[in-house]
Amino acid sequence: MSKTLNVLLAGFGGQGILFAGKTIAYSGLMDNKEISWLPSYGPEMRGGTCNCSVVISEESIGSPLVTQPDVLIAMNLPSLDKFVDAVVPGGTILVDSSMISKKVERTDVNVYYIDATKIADEKGLKGCAIIILVGKMFKEVGFCTQEALDKGIQKVIPAKKAAMLGLNQEALKIGMES
Amino acid sequence: MAEKVLMKGNEALAEAAIQCGCKHYFGYPITPQTEIAAYMSKRLPKEGGVFLQAESEVAAINMVLGATAAGVRSMTSSSSPGVSLKSEGVSYIAGSDLPALIINVQRGGPGLGGIQPSQSDYWQATKALGHGDFQMFVLAPSTIQEMVDFVPLAFEVGEKYRVPSMILSDGMLGQMMEPVEFPEKKDVVIADKPWATNGHQNKRPKNIVNSLYIQPEELENLVKERYERYEKIKAEEQRAEEFMTEDAEIVIVAFGASSRVARSAIKSAREEGIKVGMIRPITLWPFPDKTIEKVVPTAKKFLCVEMNMGQMVEDVRLVVNGRKPVEFFGRTGGVIPTPAEVLDQIRALAGKEM
Repeated sequence: MSKTLNVLLAGFGGQGILFAGKTIAYSGLMDNKEISWLPSYGPEMRGGTCNCSVVISEESIGSPLVTQPDVLIAMNLPSLDKFVDAVVPGGTILVDSSMISKKVERTDVNVYYIDATKIADEKGLKGCAIIILVGKMFKEVGFCTQEALDKGIQKVIPAKKAAMLGLNQEALKIGMES
Repeated sequence: MAEKVLMKGNEALAEAAIQCGCKHYFGYPITPQTEIAAYMSKRLPKEGGVFLQAESEVAAINMVLGATAAGVRSMTSSSSPGVSLKSEGVSYIAGSDLPALIINVQRGGPGLGGIQPSQSDYWQATKALGHGDFQMFVLAPSTIQEMVDFVPLAFEVGEKYRVPSMILSDGMLGQMMEPVEFPEKKDVVIADKPWATNGHQNKRPKNIVNSLYIQPEELENLVKERYERYEKIKAEEQRAEEFMTEDAEIVIVAFGASSRVARSAIKSAREEGIKVGMIRPITLWPFPDKTIEKVVPTAKKFLCVEMNMGQMVEDVRLVVNGRKPVEFFGRTGGVIPTPAEVLDQIRALAGKEM
């Protein structure tokens, strides 16, 4: 990983975009990195598109708004269309191919298609599709150590939702193995 | 050292207020600051404090006036249109020589404007949030850590000089999360307030909190006395951060969210060999003119970067006073400038006669 990793997660409200962003952010924090997490907020979140900027860096973070992502996680077509050209050359795009049938035309980026929503539904992990993509991102980009990821996912799930921890851990594992 | 936690700026600020003894919060919801009120509503009752959602912003600021007159630390928070509604009450607080903390998590304006981040209330905060001759102590955080650290500072300075304080934040800082560390828990020391109207119990003459003075001479003397305090604040309370200014030929002046964008652009420009640095005003009033003055002899050009149409740039021009060119770059309406845009501005300035 270079000094700074800019991550953009985008999809519909309700797909866990902000939660997945927090998972990445907390994992980076567990490695004692500098972190920022910035959600889109406002009326576009109600049923419309939602996105979240996460920056993990060795040094203090300037703008927390990710306009040129190193990694894009796209959970629906409008999000992929909106941000595909913003990804830096050599960057990584993770596509939930259950939601997006279109292929990325760019040849200067690494694209991974994961049938995340379908896999999540089949395995009883409804709502964890994006965490599968986070697992895949961990495998391909290595944004933190394994230990930090394990701790990060525990930090981000509040005690009263402890039942969700196992599901999310399983989703991460599926992503890492796909 | 305490553990670092990830918190939204709004929530971190609210927690900091509780930790420094502010147990009285009055407010009204508005995006993008509602998390402050929500956090207070959850926490303050457990802390033995008062959270009250008022019927309007006007009511909320007057409740702050009442609470602070009684000698307790009290605050309100809102976003731009809501802060405008509070303006009458803020003027009364200033006219009554009361400290109080007002938070503005700015959004685009004028009018209802938008809900995305903005810095277009700089003039309102530093020149005239309300009628009459008065100033507030205004702090501009640029990180979530500063959202925390500036809360006790705002109370302490406000109480020391008996002036209202404002933390001028914005939607970006309010909504974003960063690791933040709270100071070790210690007993909060709040200065004595012999002026407080908290019951004389027949042990002292009664205190009166008032902003009405019918006799012009009396009012003039009072305002002049207040301005002597403002002069002390200007002399003693200016704060600014300097970033790579030692050899800078181009000096960017930016505060809050836009200073973060500028910092990213400066790092890129330095890699291209452009000698650029930044002065980041931390106090917007008093404006850190001493720090700007210091670099005027060595800087060739200044560039103000703001999320508005050019407000602080006027204060920079007042200090520079024509000795060097002061340019401006801004985005407004809720648009956050990108580091690439600011870098283009820096390159253009460096290309011009440098």
